[in-house]
Amino acid sequence: MASGIRDKVALLGMGCSRFGERWNDNAEALILEAFSEALDDAGIEKCQIDAAWFATAIEEQHVGKSGIPLAMALRLPLIPVTRVENYCASGSEAFRGAVYAVASGACDVALALGVEKLKDTGYGGLPQRSRGAVNDMYWSNLSAPGAFAQLATAYQAKHGVAREDLKRAMAHVSVKSHANGAKNPKAHLRKAIDEDRALNAPMIADPLGLFDCCGVSDGAACAIVTTPDIARGLGRTDLVTVKALQLSVSNGTESQHNSWDGSHFMTTQVASARAYEEAGISNPREAIGLTEVHDCFSVTELVTMEDLHLSPEGGAIKDVMDGVFDAEGALPCQIDGGLKCFGHPIGASGLRMLYEIYLQMQGRAGDRQRSTEPTFGLTHNLGGFPHQNVCSVVIVGQEGA
Amino acid sequence: MAVGIHAFGGYLPRRRLSRQIVVEANAWFAPALKGLGRGERAIANWDEDPVTMAVEACRDALGLLDRSTLGALWLASTTLPFEDRQNAGIVAEALGLDSTVRTLDIAGSQRAGTSALLTAIDAVAGGAGPVLVTAAEKRRTRVASPLELTSGDGAAAILVGEGDGGAVVLGAATETADFVDHYRGQHQDFDYVWEERWIRDEGYQKLVPVAVERALAAAGVGAADIQHFCFPTSTTRVAAALARRLGLSDGSVRDNLQVSCGETGVAHPLVMLVHVLQEADEGDLILVTGFGQGGDAVVLRVGAGLADRQPVRGIEGSLAAGVSDTNYQRYLAINDLITIERGLRAEVDKQTGLTTLYRNRAMLLGFIGGRCRACGTPQYPASGACVNPDCGATGPQDRYPFADRSAQLNSYTSDRLTYSPDPPAYYGMVQFEGGGRAMIDFTDVDPGATLEVGVPMRMVFRVKDYDPMRGFRRYFWKAMPVLPSAPAEE
Repeated sequence: MASGIRDKVALLGMGCSRFGERWNDNAEALILEAFSEALDDAGIEKCQIDAAWFATAIEEQHVGKSGIPLAMALRLPLIPVTRVENYCASGSEAFRGAVYAVASGACDVALALGVEKLKDTGYGGLPQRSRGAVNDMYWSNLSAPGAFAQLATAYQAKHGVAREDLKRAMAHVSVKSHANGAKNPKAHLRKAIDEDRALNAPMIADPLGLFDCCGVSDGAACAIVTTPDIARGLGRTDLVTVKALQLSVSNGTESQHNSWDGSHFMTTQVASARAYEEAGISNPREAIGLTEVHDCFSVTELVTMEDLHLSPEGGAIKDVMDGVFDAEGALPCQIDGGLKCFGHPIGASGLRMLYEIYLQMQGRAGDRQRSTEPTFGLTHNLGGFPHQNVCSVVIVGQEGA
Repeated sequence: MAVGIHAFGGYLPRRRLSRQIVVEANAWFAPALKGLGRGERAIANWDEDPVTMAVEACRDALGLLDRSTLGALWLASTTLPFEDRQNAGIVAEALGLDSTVRTLDIAGSQRAGTSALLTAIDAVAGGAGPVLVTAAEKRRTRVASPLELTSGDGAAAILVGEGDGGAVVLGAATETADFVDHYRGQHQDFDYVWEERWIRDEGYQKLVPVAVERALAAAGVGAADIQHFCFPTSTTRVAAALARRLGLSDGSVRDNLQVSCGETGVAHPLVMLVHVLQEADEGDLILVTGFGQGGDAVVLRVGAGLADRQPVRGIEGSLAAGVSDTNYQRYLAINDLITIERGLRAEVDKQTGLTTLYRNRAMLLGFIGGRCRACGTPQYPASGACVNPDCGATGPQDRYPFADRSAQLNSYTSDRLTYSPDPPAYYGMVQFEGGGRAMIDFTDVDPGATLEVGVPMRMVFRVKDYDPMRGFRRYFWKAMPVLPSAPAEE
């Protein structure tokens, strides 16, 4: 029986570039910006890193394939660099590689770094690219908002929710993230909005309006991980350790078998249940102090609260409207602005989420710091589409908790 | 040997463009068009062409008939999407026909529709198996031309076979003359048309009667006995004059559908024939003519079997399903008659791997999936490993066609971000009765339509993507809401 990852690996240092429209920076500059912060934070030398995992999702748009762009950007000393891609879970996937390497004993210190440079397409939104030779011939002509918008129609039908009520809850999700992003100097979108503005925005993919969609950004984020013993040996105390690392990948059930109703994420339900078990958490709503979830769209965040077993099934709208997930609520979600406002440079996003939780646990989150530092924090990525996706759930927490 | 029409079907695209709008928009330049401003014309959607319209007409004709007995499938059109790739072959794949079927494109003249029908009659008489003749047309016409107003897009299909069927062939004839009333040379988008009065006096009035008289003689039928005269041109008065000249009764002249549909080119004689067959009574005599570099004529007598061979939709159903459209600008844009700013998202390369297409042709063109031999779960696409989470059996699956199965909507959106020639792009998850589902594009969703979870959807064969760089187009199936008038399928 596998014993899981709990408390085997500690976060030694983290860094995150400013996210946004970095018109005058190449991906390499973003990589260096995030890495320099993490290396300072870790208090080690670059030569102490044994191996690296490098996440990019749409590499054709910027650095190209392989681990070479990371090794070159940082002039790494000929160490192993593995490039990973797993849709929007790519950053968490890189983290998983680095953490597993340390846990296995193969490395003392490992680096996970994700970057994406998306603002070189000439248009807003994600790059429109081929989905693969066969897929292109039969997949619907779907965009990301169009795929996720369908959650809304299915959720309304399943729970008998009026469109207006769902729209209002979605607007609340976005208003909250804008308020949070406004307090974050590294965030891409830093203007607060009100509910009317969200509700009256131009329609992108019905029922998702402009403010239901996250920012598409340039940025990089990274983590340096090691064993708790080595971290203590470096003088670190109050360690933040990895409690759970889970991934669940669609096998075609949602897209090809009639057992899925389209209103939720099968993978998230599975990955989060496994993560709580791995972390030794029996009541997540009580135990988890902070979440950073994959709010690519407002409706994704709303539905995800149920799939993470934080809201009861059909109860997310009430929790959202009650302010449970607001910055001052019982269980803040996207206290850094989330994908919605911090931004979404795909390969970096999972690591950016961890960065915020890491800062919050150490009381270093500036204007947006929670009054009591959370014991457990959860990050969640959802790559792909509701009907076929990659879901990652990572839980970190105070060592020994 | 008796040869007859054993099945028939028709298809007109749903949108009917208001001629008045077209006339008004162009009045500054061509005020003389005012006389053509009455009624509406059928216009294909951006994802329709003669191949897709032919598929719809054939599906309507074949209904639930056993398709494995078909001997041949012929497609007649002057506006086929491929000059060198058999268009009828695409239709055959879409219909899931047996690979032994003989396929052929028939083109080159406005007479191609009737000539295909006459040749099919001869082939069947000569012992060929049943021949499905389909004709479809989507003419490209210049802005502010008479043809822009008088043309319509549409298709028809006629199954010719041994025995009387619903209407037996009594006689047929052809008159051939290189009478060039119009032509479209190589690498030309548009027709070059000669003077209307000459076409009327020397063409319609002289060439057609020769063929008609020979066909009547072959049929042993007097002109006055004909109940239904189909003369597929856009002007009603010509048909009436022709009828008088031939001794046909005044009442025999059929509605040429100019007001409701427009003249559908090569398809029009067959469109009119299908329309007659939906209304005719036992014993009625039908005369169908075609014009183009001469004329064709065929005489048919309706038998007792016609009532049992009625299509679900036909031309009547197509006419009833029309929706009026006053958006001339959209028509111009989807037909590339104006240069519209499509945006950078439209630049994605749509190259099709021909190896990929061939290997997956049953899946893509036939919409054929698999059914697990262990648990019986239908799935799309077919897979070597069953998708049922409780099964997962590996191994070959049985061929399982989805195109004609009842389906319903599970989730959907209307998307204004993704590139579509006709925004917003509608798509969503469609679930088939008995198992199987697909996240698929929708088409022909009326503006302001209320889609909701659970509404019935039907599958239609359409153009998925155009590859303008290479002149290729990809076909695939799309879902559209079942129209209230159309009965549910199998």
